[in-house]
Amino acid sequence: MSYQGKKSIPHITSDRLLIKGGRIINDDHSFYADLYLEDGLIKQIGENLIVPGGVKTIEANGRMVIPGGIDVNTYLQKPYQGMTAVDDFYQGTKAALAGGTTMIIDHVLPEPGTSLLTSFEKWHEAADTKSCCDYALHVDITSWYDGIREELEVLVQDKGVNSFQVYMAYKDLYQMSDSQLYEAFTFLKSLGAVILVHAENGDLIAQEQKRILEMGITGPEGHALSRPEELEAEAVFRAITIASRINCPVYITKVMSKSAADIIAQARKRGPLVFGEPITASLGTDGTHYWSKNWAKAAAFVTSPPLSPDPTTPDHLNSLLACGDLQVTGSGHCPYSTAQKAIGKDNFTMIPEGVNGIEERMTVVWDKAVATGKMDESQFVAVTSTNAAKIFNLYPRKGRIAVGSDADVVIWDPDKVKTITAKSHKSAIEYNIFEGMECHGAPLVVISQGKIVFEDGNLHVNKGMGRFIPRKPFPEYLYQRIKIRNKVGGLQGVSRGMYDGPVYEIPATPKYATPAPSTKSSPAKNQPPPIRNLHQSNFSLSGAQIDDNNPRRTGHRIVAPPGGRSNITSLG
Amino acid sequence: MSQAGRRSGSRGKGHHILIKGGKIVNDDQSFYADIYVEDGLIKQIGEHLIVPGGTRTIDAHGQLVIPGGIDVHTRLQAPTMGMNSADGFFQGTRAALAGGTTMIIDHVCPDAGSSLLAAYEQWRNRADSQACCDYSLSMDIPRWHESLREELEALVKDKGVNSFLVFMAYKDKLQCTDSQMYEIFCAIRDLGAIAQVHAENGDIIEEEQKRMLELGITGPEGHVLSHPEEVEAEAVFRAITIARQANCPLYVTKIMSRGAADVLAQAKRKGAVVYGEPITASLGTDGSHYWSRNWAKAAAFVTSPPVSPDPSTAEHLSTLLSSGDLHVTGSAHCTFTTAQKAVGKDNFTLIPEGTNGVEERMAIVWEKCVVPGKMDENDFVAVTSTNAAKIFNCYPRKGRVAVGSDADLVLWNPKATKIISAKTHHSNVEYNIFEGTECHGVPTLVISQGRVVLEDGNLCVTQGSGRFIPRKTFPDFVYKRIKARNRLAEVHGVPRGMYDGPVHEVPASVRTAAPRVAPCAGKAAAPPVRNLHQSGFSLSGTWGQQGWAGRGHCCGAEPRKPQLRAGAAAQAPSAARKALECSTVFMSMHKACWGLCSQEPQQAVIQHHLCCRKLPSSCWELGKPMLCPKTTSIMVFSWLDPILSDKCYQSPHFIISEFISRKATYKSSRKKQ
Repeated sequence: MSYQGKKSIPHITSDRLLIKGGRIINDDHSFYADLYLEDGLIKQIGENLIVPGGVKTIEANGRMVIPGGIDVNTYLQKPYQGMTAVDDFYQGTKAALAGGTTMIIDHVLPEPGTSLLTSFEKWHEAADTKSCCDYALHVDITSWYDGIREELEVLVQDKGVNSFQVYMAYKDLYQMSDSQLYEAFTFLKSLGAVILVHAENGDLIAQEQKRILEMGITGPEGHALSRPEELEAEAVFRAITIASRINCPVYITKVMSKSAADIIAQARKRGPLVFGEPITASLGTDGTHYWSKNWAKAAAFVTSPPLSPDPTTPDHLNSLLACGDLQVTGSGHCPYSTAQKAIGKDNFTMIPEGVNGIEERMTVVWDKAVATGKMDESQFVAVTSTNAAKIFNLYPRKGRIAVGSDADVVIWDPDKVKTITAKSHKSAIEYNIFEGMECHGAPLVVISQGKIVFEDGNLHVNKGMGRFIPRKPFPEYLYQRIKIRNKVGGLQGVSRGMYDGPVYEIPATPKYATPAPSTKSSPAKNQPPPIRNLHQSNFSLSGAQIDDNNPRRTGHRIVAPPGGRSNITSLG
Repeated sequence: MSQAGRRSGSRGKGHHILIKGGKIVNDDQSFYADIYVEDGLIKQIGEHLIVPGGTRTIDAHGQLVIPGGIDVHTRLQAPTMGMNSADGFFQGTRAALAGGTTMIIDHVCPDAGSSLLAAYEQWRNRADSQACCDYSLSMDIPRWHESLREELEALVKDKGVNSFLVFMAYKDKLQCTDSQMYEIFCAIRDLGAIAQVHAENGDIIEEEQKRMLELGITGPEGHVLSHPEEVEAEAVFRAITIARQANCPLYVTKIMSRGAADVLAQAKRKGAVVYGEPITASLGTDGSHYWSRNWAKAAAFVTSPPVSPDPSTAEHLSTLLSSGDLHVTGSAHCTFTTAQKAVGKDNFTLIPEGTNGVEERMAIVWEKCVVPGKMDENDFVAVTSTNAAKIFNCYPRKGRVAVGSDADLVLWNPKATKIISAKTHHSNVEYNIFEGTECHGVPTLVISQGRVVLEDGNLCVTQGSGRFIPRKTFPDFVYKRIKARNRLAEVHGVPRGMYDGPVHEVPASVRTAAPRVAPCAGKAAAPPVRNLHQSGFSLSGTWGQQGWAGRGHCCGAEPRKPQLRAGAAAQAPSAARKALECSTVFMSMHKACWGLCSQEPQQAVIQHHLCCRKLPSSCWELGKPMLCPKTTSIMVFSWLDPILSDKCYQSPHFIISEFISRKATYKSSRKKQ
């Protein structure tokens, strides 16, 4: 238990560490060697190392030494209706370290209307003062407004942010239309950023939520019912289509269902650069719990996209993770206490969304994928750490045990059996969605920035010791291919003589006026409202009708006169 | 082969026809028999028929007698950018008959903002005076708003239209959002009609068009480059997803690409009720011609979605058509002359879209599917005629050679050959996109409405002889499954005790600020527009007669179809109706309100029925009086109206006092009665 953690601060000796007799696992191969860490970096790898005196030595006894995990998806300060998740950067990163994760990438979620930069600074400050492990930040684009381009440029050039998330769900709040997505993708590609997508069809979700509430279903099961997995798959398909038109990489956060994962796998076979991130919850448990009789338990599982009620989902996702169709694992860690979740006790749409998983991530992947023989240790390192470092341009500083890399190292015990329970976890919430799961594989020692932070079940951390890790744009892992495809994909018209035949006369008004970019399904759109609007009679005075100038036009008939129309036709 | 051709049609006599010695081909079997046709109907089928004197005998030895083709998708006389397409109903149906198609289903495309009914009448007038073969109409829905519901109902109930097309492309003109599509699909499902969809992602297309023009690509190749296949596949996928959510049958028009067809086939495997319609162009040619050096030729191929540049597409689509993954064939015949196409000579986005195909359809399907052995003659009949008749509910009147069916028959000669060419075709356009295709299989004689209209290559048609074929709702072929699924679809909540633990306090200021979901029932998010029509406190007092479709609901869900609307309206005398109107039931999250509401006896019944699910949500509608199935009392449901809901959110007391005052009105009016 970690609550007496502070005692570790004076351990200055742990600045220099020698790990002896470990088996070093990288994503490409593994070998036996000693490891010498100094000043937060890996200084030497090899046998019979010459090290200064007074170095603390850890005997690994042939156990695995792996690069510390990178959790690519956390929301440790997600605001919802004026409150934030119970695990803040301190609590959350403590849990991360206890689980063998030495770096997190958190999401900055600006409220619509606030600027990205301001929100970024807010998160940066909060994390700097509280975080116990290294961190980086994604910035979520919650609305596409004028001037956002400059802000994005600043974030990429000066602030070390190279990944941005867009939303296809949360209608009238965060959702972006296809046109906006196209615009955003195009611009982000030009910046060399990683495009993250929250893929769910928000329009349909809104409709389904209405329907489910009308049926009188208000409990957490309504959450799952109103967000069927087809809607996730549909949005993934659409996101990939848009990205593939623009020839940009796209990264799907939170792959929760079989069908969404299958769409990603199929798309990868066709060529688009798509990456998929299943999270701890989707790999470790399923959505049958939404039907639990215990409201608090059911509510603890509420996250978006929801966990699939199909119990074979975790197995399927693990298989795809093992074969490389999915690449990285996150946690989507964003826990709310039961009291906070209870805001939605009478209406599932009000339940704040988010599950735990930051601490359990490595263990769950090991138990579900490695212990079952789906993947080997090197692949384990790849999906928990290396791939993430490559995609988000942290490699080889993170994600690899090599001379010169950061000394974020975990000594992993594959045989340790641990039962996950809310009683012993580090998060502040009452329910652990993996409650009672018996997991093989757990970290023995966790070293972050060259310091032992977790040993024998005890955490030795202090608030604010985590550093912000800036990331550069144009990660090679993604953009090398994009650059080449850009070159070969050039389009050319056909050079043909001018057409000089007769041309049908239509008056010079631009008939197919390329309309100003408007939106398909976003709050800003000017589509006719679902109800009849007396302020907007379609008796237009502007008069621009599509066939105004048609000589053969068959006469006007005002069918919707101002003041409403009679209903003669529907009497019959 | 027949002799002395002219005799029948021209004299307006000869309505008695005997077809001897042909092989009758239906979608399920083929057999040799004679057919006797009288008064436009098939009267007898068999051998050694006894027929009246003066019957004309047609010798059909060595030929197939098949039901006349049904072209499910034409746009004759479609207005585009101030032009009408080159083939009107007369030219178009003439071409159809020449190709062995005896019925077309044309699309009515109303101008944005004009009423569907007016457009329908306009099309009826045109077609009635010009069409030479039977026709039916499909309705396009260009802009969705709630008030279209009543028009849809009128079209379905009184006008014999049972299919509606929505567009996912043509941004800012015809395009529908996902939410709108969901609403339309729900409405269509309740009406028992077929939802058709033009599937292309209009948002992406528009961006791509901009990009192409910026790149300096202005020729017809820009059209296909800006309408890539995946954009079509994406939209098909999305349309199917939405239709599945709405449990509505879906019909995808114009399957032009491999990707779209595959998505559709996969969805069928997963159980979706979805039909796909490849067209003559996608089955018979490919999009490599967009790169032709001849502008006029390239432009002739411009249609949306475009013909795929992948030359293996036609092969693939004909395979799927043969295997049953795609069901029907259309032509999307919508032709423009080269001069009309040339409007877009400097900008491909201005080229009017549409290709020919109504005449070539049957021959192309035969050539691409039957000749290489992919399908047999029965399948051929199924995809060119019978399936269409089943889906669009004119079976067995059309689409089958059977006693009592319409005498729309084609003698098909599988041995004859014909080369398609603009010189010999019956359309008004200069270019035929199938130019030079050799077809082994030709209609030699076509009978429409019991008259011989094509014989020995000579057409003998009468302008305006085509009849409108009204179609009924709920085609069994489509809706049997939907109905069964509707019954199963009901989901139940988990009965659990009330949560009584601590609840986090949300500061009141934040509470209304950002609801996470779109305005939804009971959540009192203000609707985007204040709807002056729909205050619960209506003065009009006439809505009982407006029929169920009269009002939309801003806070509630889409109105469901009530089953007893006529009865309820008729039984409520006007005073009582007014009273009822005032005594609306407020269902809100405030339990206090609930308590009050349920004191009214008949409303208590409602509550009771709701609770024990005697009253499935599909049979009551908010705001409409209806008969309670149990007590035969009249009940009215209303959600919080928008004005009230704003206030109620801030103060529950308001709603209660409002309710009490209305209840008083109700009671006093009862006493008077």
